[in-house]
Amino acid sequence: MATKSLLARKDDLANTETQLEYLSNGIFANGELPTFKDKIAETGNFPLKPRKLEILQINLGYMCNQVCSHCHVDAGPDRKEIMTRETMQQCLEVIKKTGAHTLDLTGGAPEMNPDFRWFVEEASKAGIKDFIVRSNLTIIRANKKYYDLPEFFKKHNVHVVSSMPYYKREKTDKQRGDGVFDKSIKALQMLNDVGYGKEGSSLRLDLVYNPSGAYLPSDQEALERDFKEALKEDFNIDFHNLFAITNLPISRFLEYLIASENYEDYMYALVEAYNPAAVENVMCTNTISISWDGWLYDCDFNQMLGLKVASKVKHISEYNEDLLQNRNIIISQHCYGCTAGAGSSCQGTVA
Amino acid sequence: MQKTYYDPADLRKFGSITEWSEELGNKFFEYYGKVFEEGALSAREKSLIALAVSHVVHCPYCIDAYTKDGLQRGITKEEMMEAVHAGAAIQSGATLVHGVQMMNKYNKLSM
Ligand code: SF4
Ligand code: SF4
Repeated sequence: MATKSLLARKDDLANTETQLEYLSNGIFANGELPTFKDKIAETGNFPLKPRKLEILQINLGYMCNQVCSHCHVDAGPDRKEIMTRETMQQCLEVIKKTGAHTLDLTGGAPEMNPDFRWFVEEASKAGIKDFIVRSNLTIIRANKKYYDLPEFFKKHNVHVVSSMPYYKREKTDKQRGDGVFDKSIKALQMLNDVGYGKEGSSLRLDLVYNPSGAYLPSDQEALERDFKEALKEDFNIDFHNLFAITNLPISRFLEYLIASENYEDYMYALVEAYNPAAVENVMCTNTISISWDGWLYDCDFNQMLGLKVASKVKHISEYNEDLLQNRNIIISQHCYGCTAGAGSSCQGTVA
Repeated sequence: MQKTYYDPADLRKFGSITEWSEELGNKFFEYYGKVFEEGALSAREKSLIALAVSHVVHCPYCIDAYTKDGLQRGITKEEMMEAVHAGAAIQSGATLVHGVQMMNKYNKLSM
Protein backbone atom coordinates (compact mmCIF):
# COMPACT_ATOMS: atom_id res chain seq x y z
CA MET A 1 0.00 0.00 0.00
CA ALA A 2 1.24 3.47 -0.91
CA THR A 3 2.13 5.69 2.01
CA LYS A 4 1.82 8.94 0.06
CA SER A 5 -0.91 10.61 -1.94
CA LEU A 6 -0.80 10.66 -5.75
CA LEU A 7 -0.10 14.36 -5.40
CA ALA A 8 2.95 13.87 -3.18
CA ARG A 9 4.18 11.10 -5.49
CA LYS A 10 3.77 13.53 -8.42
CA ASP A 11 1.81 10.81 -10.19
CA ASP A 12 0.19 11.73 -13.53
CA LEU A 13 -3.19 10.80 -12.11
CA ALA A 14 -2.95 13.57 -9.51
CA ASN A 15 -3.90 15.75 -12.45
CA THR A 16 -7.69 15.67 -12.75
CA GLU A 17 -7.51 16.37 -16.49
CA THR A 18 -5.56 13.14 -16.92
CA GLN A 19 -8.23 11.23 -15.02
CA LEU A 20 -11.04 12.75 -17.06
CA GLU A 21 -9.23 11.93 -20.29
CA TYR A 22 -8.75 8.37 -19.16
CA LEU A 23 -12.46 8.07 -18.44
CA SER A 24 -13.38 9.39 -21.89
CA ASN A 25 -10.84 7.55 -24.02
CA GLY A 26 -10.34 3.89 -24.85
CA ILE A 27 -13.41 1.71 -24.55
CA PHE A 28 -15.68 4.76 -24.34
CA ALA A 29 -14.13 6.61 -27.29
CA ASN A 30 -14.15 3.59 -29.60
CA GLY A 31 -17.80 2.83 -28.93
CA GLU A 32 -17.20 -0.50 -27.18
CA LEU A 33 -19.16 0.87 -24.21
CA PRO A 34 -21.75 3.66 -24.24
CA THR A 35 -20.86 6.93 -22.52
CA PHE A 36 -22.85 7.80 -19.42
CA LYS A 37 -24.46 10.63 -21.30
CA ASP A 38 -25.78 8.31 -24.03
CA LYS A 39 -26.90 5.81 -21.44
CA ILE A 40 -29.00 8.23 -19.40
CA ALA A 41 -30.32 9.86 -22.57
CA GLU A 42 -32.00 6.50 -23.38
CA THR A 43 -34.46 7.16 -20.57
CA GLY A 44 -34.68 10.92 -21.09
CA ASN A 45 -32.48 11.74 -18.09
CA PHE A 46 -30.04 13.94 -19.95
CA PRO A 47 -29.29 16.63 -18.94
CA LEU A 48 -29.30 15.42 -15.37
CA LYS A 49 -31.11 17.94 -13.16
CA PRO A 50 -31.22 18.42 -9.38
CA ARG A 51 -34.43 17.69 -7.51
CA LYS A 52 -35.11 19.02 -4.03
CA LEU A 53 -31.93 19.90 -2.11
CA GLU A 54 -31.66 17.69 0.96
CA ILE A 55 -27.99 17.42 1.82
CA LEU A 56 -25.15 19.90 2.22
CA GLN A 57 -21.90 17.99 2.18
CA ILE A 58 -18.91 19.94 3.37
CA ASN A 59 -15.38 18.68 2.87
CA LEU A 60 -13.25 20.05 5.69
CA GLY A 61 -9.97 19.14 4.04
CA TYR A 62 -7.99 16.40 2.37
CA MET A 63 -5.69 15.67 5.30
CA CYS A 64 -6.10 12.18 6.71
CA ASN A 65 -4.27 9.88 9.10
CA GLN A 66 -4.67 7.05 6.59
CA VAL A 67 -3.68 6.57 2.95
CA CYS A 68 -6.24 3.98 1.80
CA SER A 69 -5.53 2.62 -1.64
CA HIS A 70 -9.15 3.00 -2.76
CA CYS A 71 -9.43 6.63 -1.61
CA HIS A 72 -11.32 8.82 -4.10
CA VAL A 73 -10.09 11.95 -2.31
CA ASP A 74 -6.37 11.13 -2.63
CA ALA A 75 -6.26 12.01 1.06
CA GLY A 76 -3.33 11.46 3.37
CA PRO A 77 -1.08 13.00 6.01
CA ASP A 78 0.78 14.87 3.27
CA ARG A 79 -2.32 16.77 2.06
CA LYS A 80 -2.37 20.26 3.48
CA GLU A 81 -5.67 21.52 2.03
CA ILE A 82 -7.74 22.43 5.09
CA MET A 83 -10.84 24.59 5.42
CA THR A 84 -10.16 27.88 7.22
CA ARG A 85 -12.39 29.37 9.90
CA GLU A 86 -13.28 32.13 7.48
CA THR A 87 -14.71 29.67 4.94
CA MET A 88 -16.42 27.85 7.81
CA GLN A 89 -18.11 31.15 8.71
CA GLN A 90 -19.42 31.38 5.16
CA CYS A 91 -20.67 27.80 5.42
CA LEU A 92 -22.44 28.60 8.70
CA GLU A 93 -24.31 31.45 7.02
CA VAL A 94 -25.49 29.01 4.35
CA ILE A 95 -26.37 26.31 6.90
CA LYS A 96 -28.64 28.78 8.71
CA LYS A 97 -30.56 29.57 5.54
CA THR A 98 -30.57 26.32 3.59
CA GLY A 99 -33.62 24.22 2.83
CA ALA A 100 -31.48 21.08 3.24
CA HIS A 101 -32.32 18.86 6.21
CA THR A 102 -28.96 17.08 6.39
CA LEU A 103 -25.48 18.43 7.01
CA ASP A 104 -22.72 16.00 6.14
CA LEU A 105 -19.11 16.71 7.15
CA THR A 106 -16.45 14.75 5.39
CA GLY A 107 -12.76 14.83 4.44
CA GLY A 108 -10.01 13.41 4.60
CA ALA A 109 -10.41 13.00 8.30
CA PRO A 110 -12.56 16.03 9.17
CA GLU A 111 -11.50 15.72 12.82
CA MET A 112 -7.94 16.70 11.83
CA ASN A 113 -9.05 20.20 10.90
CA PRO A 114 -7.92 22.37 13.86
CA ASP A 115 -11.26 24.22 13.80
CA PHE A 116 -13.34 21.04 13.55
CA ARG A 117 -14.76 21.19 17.08
CA TRP A 118 -15.54 24.86 16.86
CA PHE A 119 -17.34 24.31 13.59
CA VAL A 120 -19.37 21.37 14.91
CA GLU A 121 -20.40 23.40 17.96
CA GLU A 122 -21.51 26.32 15.82
CA ALA A 123 -23.20 24.19 13.16
CA SER A 124 -25.13 22.13 15.71
CA LYS A 125 -26.78 25.36 16.90
CA ALA A 126 -28.35 25.83 13.46
CA GLY A 127 -30.77 23.05 14.39
CA ILE A 128 -30.36 21.06 11.22
CA LYS A 129 -32.23 17.77 11.46
CA ASP A 130 -29.56 15.26 10.63
CA PHE A 131 -25.96 16.20 11.37
CA ILE A 132 -23.51 13.65 9.98
CA VAL A 133 -19.78 13.39 10.56
CA ARG A 134 -17.93 10.85 8.42
CA SER A 135 -15.27 9.43 10.67
CA ASN A 136 -12.73 6.83 9.61
CA LEU A 137 -12.70 5.32 13.14
CA THR A 138 -8.91 4.90 13.38
CA ILE A 139 -8.64 8.65 13.96
CA ILE A 140 -10.37 8.15 17.31
CA ARG A 141 -7.43 5.94 18.32
CA ALA A 142 -4.72 7.84 16.44
CA ASN A 143 -3.78 10.21 19.22
CA LYS A 144 -4.86 10.86 22.82
CA LYS A 145 -6.33 14.21 21.81
CA TYR A 146 -8.98 12.33 19.81
CA TYR A 147 -9.94 9.79 22.50
CA ASP A 148 -12.84 11.94 23.68
CA LEU A 149 -14.40 12.27 20.21
CA PRO A 150 -17.23 9.80 21.03
CA GLU A 151 -18.23 12.01 23.99
CA PHE A 152 -17.93 15.11 21.85
CA PHE A 153 -20.09 13.60 19.10
CA LYS A 154 -22.65 12.58 21.70
CA LYS A 155 -22.78 16.04 23.21
CA HIS A 156 -23.71 17.54 19.85
CA ASN A 157 -25.98 14.71 18.83
CA VAL A 158 -23.84 14.00 15.79
CA HIS A 159 -24.81 11.12 13.52
CA VAL A 160 -21.59 9.13 13.06
CA VAL A 161 -21.01 7.38 9.74
CA SER A 162 -17.86 5.30 9.75
CA SER A 163 -15.95 3.31 7.21
CA MET A 164 -15.36 -0.25 8.31
CA PRO A 165 -13.19 -2.07 5.80
CA TYR A 166 -13.59 -5.65 7.02
CA TYR A 167 -16.31 -7.35 8.95
CA LYS A 168 -14.50 -10.53 9.63
CA ARG A 169 -11.22 -10.79 11.35
CA GLU A 170 -9.15 -12.63 8.81
CA LYS A 171 -6.18 -14.62 9.98
CA THR A 172 -3.69 -12.14 8.56
CA ASP A 173 -5.27 -9.29 10.49
CA LYS A 174 -5.10 -11.27 13.70
CA GLN A 175 -1.37 -11.42 13.25
CA ARG A 176 -0.95 -7.80 12.26
CA GLY A 177 -1.40 -6.53 15.79
CA ASP A 178 -2.55 -3.02 16.35
CA GLY A 179 -3.48 -2.37 12.71
CA VAL A 180 -6.40 -0.58 11.11
CA PHE A 181 -8.78 -3.40 11.95
CA ASP A 182 -7.96 -3.47 15.64
CA LYS A 183 -8.10 0.31 15.97
CA SER A 184 -11.44 0.43 14.20
CA ILE A 185 -12.84 -2.26 16.48
CA LYS A 186 -11.65 -0.40 19.55
CA ALA A 187 -13.13 2.87 18.25
CA LEU A 188 -16.49 1.19 17.59
CA GLN A 189 -16.49 -0.19 21.13
CA MET A 190 -15.79 3.32 22.46
CA LEU A 191 -18.73 4.66 20.44
CA ASN A 192 -20.93 1.85 21.76
CA ASP A 193 -19.81 2.62 25.31
CA VAL A 194 -21.19 6.15 25.19
CA GLY A 195 -24.45 4.86 23.71
CA TYR A 196 -23.90 4.98 19.95
CA GLY A 197 -25.36 2.30 17.71
CA LYS A 198 -27.48 0.58 20.34
CA GLU A 199 -30.92 -0.63 19.36
CA GLY A 200 -33.41 2.17 19.88
CA SER A 201 -30.67 4.71 20.65
CA SER A 202 -31.04 8.13 19.07
CA LEU A 203 -27.25 8.30 18.83
CA ARG A 204 -26.94 6.98 15.29
CA LEU A 205 -23.97 4.95 14.21
CA ASP A 206 -23.91 3.68 10.64
CA LEU A 207 -21.12 1.86 8.88
CA VAL A 208 -19.86 2.24 5.34
CA TYR A 209 -18.51 -0.71 3.43
CA ASN A 210 -16.50 -0.36 0.21
CA PRO A 211 -15.28 -3.47 -1.56
CA SER A 212 -11.52 -3.73 -1.14
CA GLY A 213 -10.81 -4.58 -4.74
CA ALA A 214 -12.06 -4.49 -8.30
CA TYR A 215 -15.57 -5.79 -7.67
CA LEU A 216 -18.95 -4.34 -6.84
CA PRO A 217 -20.65 -4.62 -3.47
CA SER A 218 -23.41 -7.19 -3.35
CA ASP A 219 -26.77 -6.91 -1.69
CA GLN A 220 -26.63 -4.25 1.05
CA GLU A 221 -29.07 -6.05 3.32
CA ALA A 222 -27.20 -9.34 3.14
CA LEU A 223 -23.93 -7.55 3.88
CA GLU A 224 -25.52 -5.71 6.79
CA ARG A 225 -26.71 -9.03 8.21
CA ASP A 226 -23.23 -10.54 7.90
CA PHE A 227 -21.58 -7.47 9.44
CA LYS A 228 -24.02 -7.41 12.34
CA GLU A 229 -23.62 -11.09 13.11
CA ALA A 230 -19.84 -11.09 12.88
CA LEU A 231 -19.24 -7.86 14.81
CA LYS A 232 -21.69 -8.85 17.53
CA GLU A 233 -20.37 -12.36 17.92
CA ASP A 234 -16.68 -11.56 17.77
CA PHE A 235 -16.54 -8.13 19.41
CA ASN A 236 -19.96 -7.42 20.95
CA ILE A 237 -20.34 -4.38 18.68
CA ASP A 238 -23.70 -2.83 17.75
CA PHE A 239 -24.48 -0.43 14.94
CA HIS A 240 -27.57 0.72 13.10
CA ASN A 241 -27.26 0.48 9.31
CA LEU A 242 -24.67 -0.52 6.79
CA PHE A 243 -24.21 1.49 3.60
CA ALA A 244 -22.64 -0.50 0.78
CA ILE A 245 -20.83 1.97 -1.44
CA THR A 246 -19.41 1.27 -4.88
CA ASN A 247 -15.86 2.48 -5.50
CA LEU A 248 -15.85 5.06 -8.26
CA PRO A 249 -13.10 4.84 -10.85
CA ILE A 250 -11.31 8.05 -9.92
CA SER A 251 -8.19 9.09 -8.03
CA ARG A 252 -6.36 6.31 -6.17
CA PHE A 253 -8.97 3.69 -7.01
CA LEU A 254 -8.49 4.52 -10.68
CA GLU A 255 -4.74 4.22 -10.15
CA TYR A 256 -5.27 0.78 -8.63
CA LEU A 257 -7.60 -0.32 -11.45
CA ILE A 258 -5.08 0.68 -14.09
CA ALA A 259 -2.05 -0.76 -12.31
CA SER A 260 -3.78 -4.08 -11.64
CA GLU A 261 -5.13 -4.25 -15.21
CA ASN A 262 -8.68 -4.33 -13.92
CA TYR A 263 -9.86 -1.04 -15.41
CA GLU A 264 -11.68 -2.37 -18.47
CA ASP A 265 -13.30 -5.28 -16.66
CA TYR A 266 -14.42 -2.94 -13.90
CA MET A 267 -15.96 -0.47 -16.34
CA TYR A 268 -17.69 -3.35 -18.11
CA ALA A 269 -19.05 -4.55 -14.78
CA LEU A 270 -20.34 -1.05 -13.93
CA VAL A 271 -21.99 -0.57 -17.32
CA GLU A 272 -23.46 -4.06 -17.26
CA ALA A 273 -24.95 -3.40 -13.82
CA TYR A 274 -26.39 -0.05 -14.96
CA ASN A 275 -29.80 0.40 -13.37
CA PRO A 276 -32.00 3.12 -14.88
CA ALA A 277 -34.03 3.26 -11.66
CA ALA A 278 -30.95 4.39 -9.76
CA VAL A 279 -30.43 7.40 -12.05
CA GLU A 280 -33.47 9.17 -10.62
CA ASN A 281 -31.90 9.17 -7.16
CA VAL A 282 -28.18 9.62 -7.68
CA MET A 283 -26.64 11.69 -4.93
CA CYS A 284 -26.08 14.83 -7.01
CA THR A 285 -29.85 15.18 -7.44
CA ASN A 286 -30.26 16.11 -3.76
CA THR A 287 -26.80 17.24 -2.66
CA ILE A 288 -24.45 20.19 -2.93
CA SER A 289 -20.82 19.49 -2.17
CA ILE A 290 -18.56 22.24 -0.80
CA SER A 291 -14.79 21.98 -0.90
CA TRP A 292 -12.27 23.07 1.74
CA ASP A 293 -11.75 26.32 -0.19
CA GLY A 294 -15.45 27.04 -0.61
CA TRP A 295 -16.11 25.96 -4.20
CA LEU A 296 -19.38 24.25 -5.03
CA TYR A 297 -19.75 20.88 -6.76
CA ASP A 298 -22.48 18.43 -7.72
CA CYS A 299 -20.94 15.78 -5.47
CA ASP A 300 -17.74 14.86 -3.65
CA PHE A 301 -16.56 12.88 -6.70
CA ASN A 302 -16.93 15.82 -9.06
CA GLN A 303 -15.09 17.85 -6.44
CA MET A 304 -12.15 15.47 -6.65
CA LEU A 305 -12.24 15.72 -10.45
CA GLY A 306 -12.19 19.51 -10.23
CA LEU A 307 -15.60 19.82 -11.94
CA LYS A 308 -17.21 22.89 -10.37
CA VAL A 309 -20.98 23.33 -10.67
CA ALA A 310 -22.24 24.54 -14.03
CA SER A 311 -23.94 27.57 -12.54
CA LYS A 312 -23.38 31.29 -12.32
CA VAL A 313 -22.91 30.66 -8.62
CA LYS A 314 -19.75 28.67 -8.09
CA HIS A 315 -18.53 29.68 -4.64
CA ILE A 316 -19.97 29.58 -1.12
CA SER A 317 -19.42 33.34 -0.86
CA GLU A 318 -22.09 33.90 -3.53
CA TYR A 319 -24.33 30.96 -2.55
CA ASN A 320 -27.84 31.11 -3.96
CA GLU A 321 -29.90 27.97 -3.64
CA ASP A 322 -32.54 28.90 -6.20
CA LEU A 323 -29.97 29.64 -8.86
CA LEU A 324 -28.04 26.49 -8.06
CA GLN A 325 -31.11 24.32 -8.30
CA ASN A 326 -31.42 25.32 -11.95
CA ARG A 327 -28.08 23.92 -12.99
CA ASN A 328 -27.29 20.95 -15.17
CA ILE A 329 -25.26 18.32 -13.35
CA ILE A 330 -21.85 17.59 -14.83
CA ILE A 331 -21.35 13.94 -15.67
CA SER A 332 -18.72 11.61 -17.01
CA GLN A 333 -18.09 7.88 -17.05
CA HIS A 334 -17.25 7.76 -13.32
CA CYS A 335 -20.99 8.32 -12.79
CA TYR A 336 -21.60 4.67 -13.72
CA GLY A 337 -20.39 3.96 -10.20
CA CYS A 338 -23.52 5.61 -8.82
CA THR A 339 -25.97 3.69 -10.99
CA ALA A 340 -24.66 0.12 -10.77
CA GLY A 341 -27.00 -2.46 -9.29
CA ALA A 342 -28.99 -0.95 -6.46
CA GLY A 343 -27.09 2.30 -6.98
CA SER A 344 -24.61 3.94 -4.65
CA SER A 345 -24.42 7.17 -2.69
CA CYS A 346 -22.98 8.39 0.57
CA GLN A 347 -26.20 7.07 2.14
CA GLY A 348 -25.79 3.66 0.53
CA THR A 349 -28.05 2.21 -2.14
CA VAL A 350 -30.58 4.44 -3.89
CA ALA A 351 -32.83 2.09 -5.87
CA MET B 1 -8.10 -16.74 -35.44
CA GLN B 2 -7.03 -16.21 -31.88
CA LYS B 3 -3.97 -18.09 -30.75
CA THR B 4 -5.32 -19.44 -27.48
CA TYR B 5 -8.46 -21.40 -26.72
CA TYR B 6 -9.44 -19.23 -23.78
CA ASP B 7 -9.69 -15.43 -23.77
CA PRO B 8 -10.82 -13.82 -20.47
CA ALA B 9 -12.70 -11.17 -22.48
CA ASP B 10 -14.94 -13.92 -23.92
CA LEU B 11 -16.70 -14.26 -20.59
CA ARG B 12 -18.35 -10.87 -21.16
CA LYS B 13 -19.72 -12.21 -24.45
CA PHE B 14 -21.38 -15.25 -22.86
CA GLY B 15 -24.81 -13.73 -23.43
CA SER B 16 -24.23 -13.67 -27.16
CA ILE B 17 -24.75 -17.45 -27.45
CA THR B 18 -28.44 -16.52 -27.57
CA GLU B 19 -27.91 -14.93 -30.98
CA TRP B 20 -27.49 -18.26 -32.75
CA SER B 21 -30.27 -20.03 -30.90
CA GLU B 22 -32.52 -17.58 -29.24
CA GLU B 23 -35.07 -19.86 -27.65
CA LEU B 24 -32.60 -22.30 -26.12
CA GLY B 25 -30.25 -19.52 -25.08
CA ASN B 26 -32.99 -17.59 -23.33
CA LYS B 27 -34.30 -20.69 -21.63
CA PHE B 28 -30.83 -21.50 -20.39
CA PHE B 29 -30.19 -18.04 -18.95
CA GLU B 30 -33.60 -17.93 -17.35
CA TYR B 31 -32.95 -21.29 -15.74
CA TYR B 32 -29.44 -20.26 -14.73
CA GLY B 33 -30.67 -17.05 -13.09
CA LYS B 34 -33.39 -18.89 -11.23
CA VAL B 35 -31.01 -21.54 -9.91
CA PHE B 36 -28.84 -18.97 -8.16
CA GLU B 37 -31.65 -17.07 -6.45
CA GLU B 38 -32.22 -17.39 -2.71
CA GLY B 39 -34.07 -20.62 -2.08
CA ALA B 40 -33.84 -23.53 0.33
CA LEU B 41 -30.12 -22.81 -0.04
CA SER B 42 -28.88 -19.25 0.31
CA ALA B 43 -27.38 -17.48 -2.70
CA ARG B 44 -24.13 -17.46 -0.74
CA GLU B 45 -24.11 -21.24 -0.32
CA LYS B 46 -24.88 -21.72 -3.99
CA SER B 47 -22.04 -19.42 -4.93
CA LEU B 48 -19.61 -21.67 -3.03
CA ILE B 49 -21.04 -24.81 -4.64
CA ALA B 50 -20.66 -23.16 -8.05
CA LEU B 51 -17.05 -22.31 -7.23
CA ALA B 52 -16.27 -25.91 -6.26
CA VAL B 53 -17.94 -27.30 -9.39
CA SER B 54 -16.14 -24.73 -11.56
CA HIS B 55 -12.86 -26.23 -10.43
CA VAL B 56 -14.00 -29.79 -10.93
CA VAL B 57 -15.16 -29.09 -14.48
CA HIS B 58 -11.99 -27.05 -15.11
CA CYS B 59 -13.82 -24.00 -16.39
CA PRO B 60 -11.59 -20.90 -16.20
CA TYR B 61 -14.50 -18.62 -17.00
CA CYS B 62 -16.56 -20.00 -14.14
CA ILE B 63 -13.59 -19.81 -11.76
CA ASP B 64 -13.13 -16.11 -12.57
CA ALA B 65 -16.84 -15.45 -12.30
CA TYR B 66 -17.41 -17.24 -8.99
CA THR B 67 -14.25 -15.96 -7.33
CA LYS B 68 -15.49 -12.45 -8.05
CA ASP B 69 -19.01 -13.37 -6.99
CA GLY B 70 -17.63 -14.70 -3.71
CA LEU B 71 -15.65 -11.53 -3.07
CA GLN B 72 -18.77 -9.47 -3.71
CA ARG B 73 -20.70 -11.53 -1.21
CA GLY B 74 -17.99 -11.19 1.41
CA ILE B 75 -17.05 -14.86 1.23
CA THR B 76 -13.57 -15.26 2.71
CA LYS B 77 -10.63 -16.83 0.96
CA GLU B 78 -10.56 -19.61 3.55
CA GLU B 79 -14.17 -20.49 2.72
CA MET B 80 -13.40 -20.43 -0.98
CA MET B 81 -10.39 -22.69 -0.61
CA GLU B 82 -12.35 -25.16 1.52
CA ALA B 83 -15.01 -25.30 -1.18
CA VAL B 84 -12.32 -26.05 -3.79
CA HIS B 85 -11.00 -28.83 -1.55
CA ALA B 86 -14.49 -30.28 -1.22
CA GLY B 87 -14.65 -30.44 -5.01
CA ALA B 88 -11.15 -31.83 -5.27
CA ALA B 89 -11.83 -34.47 -2.62
CA ILE B 90 -14.88 -35.73 -4.49
CA GLN B 91 -12.94 -35.72 -7.71
CA SER B 92 -9.99 -37.63 -6.31
CA GLY B 93 -12.37 -39.90 -4.42
CA ALA B 94 -14.12 -40.61 -7.68
CA THR B 95 -10.79 -41.62 -9.16
CA LEU B 96 -9.73 -43.69 -6.20
CA VAL B 97 -13.02 -45.51 -5.75
CA HIS B 98 -12.38 -46.98 -9.20
CA GLY B 99 -9.41 -48.61 -7.56
CA VAL B 100 -11.91 -51.13 -6.25
CA GLN B 101 -12.83 -52.03 -9.83
CA MET B 102 -9.14 -52.44 -10.58
CA MET B 103 -8.78 -54.70 -7.54
CA ASN B 104 -11.84 -56.74 -8.52
CA LYS B 105 -10.56 -57.24 -12.03
CA TYR B 106 -7.09 -58.09 -10.79
CA ASN B 107 -8.44 -60.67 -8.41
CA LYS B 108 -10.74 -62.16 -10.99
CA LEU B 109 -7.95 -62.57 -13.50
CA SER B 110 -5.46 -63.90 -11.02
CA MET B 111 -5.24 -67.50 -9.93
S1 SF4 C 1 -10.64 6.58 2.27
FE1 SF4 C 1 -11.15 7.89 4.01
S2 SF4 C 1 -9.81 7.14 5.65
FE2 SF4 C 1 -8.96 6.38 3.74
S3 SF4 C 1 -7.44 7.88 3.10
FE3 SF4 C 1 -9.38 8.44 2.10
S4 SF4 C 1 -10.33 9.90 3.46
FE4 SF4 C 1 -8.76 8.85 4.65
S1 SF4 D 1 -20.56 10.85 -9.69
FE1 SF4 D 1 -21.55 12.67 -8.86
S2 SF4 D 1 -22.37 13.66 -10.67
FE2 SF4 D 1 -21.97 11.57 -11.25
S3 SF4 D 1 -23.91 10.50 -10.87
FE3 SF4 D 1 -22.62 10.26 -9.06
S4 SF4 D 1 -23.29 11.87 -7.71
FE4 SF4 D 1 -23.98 12.43 -9.77
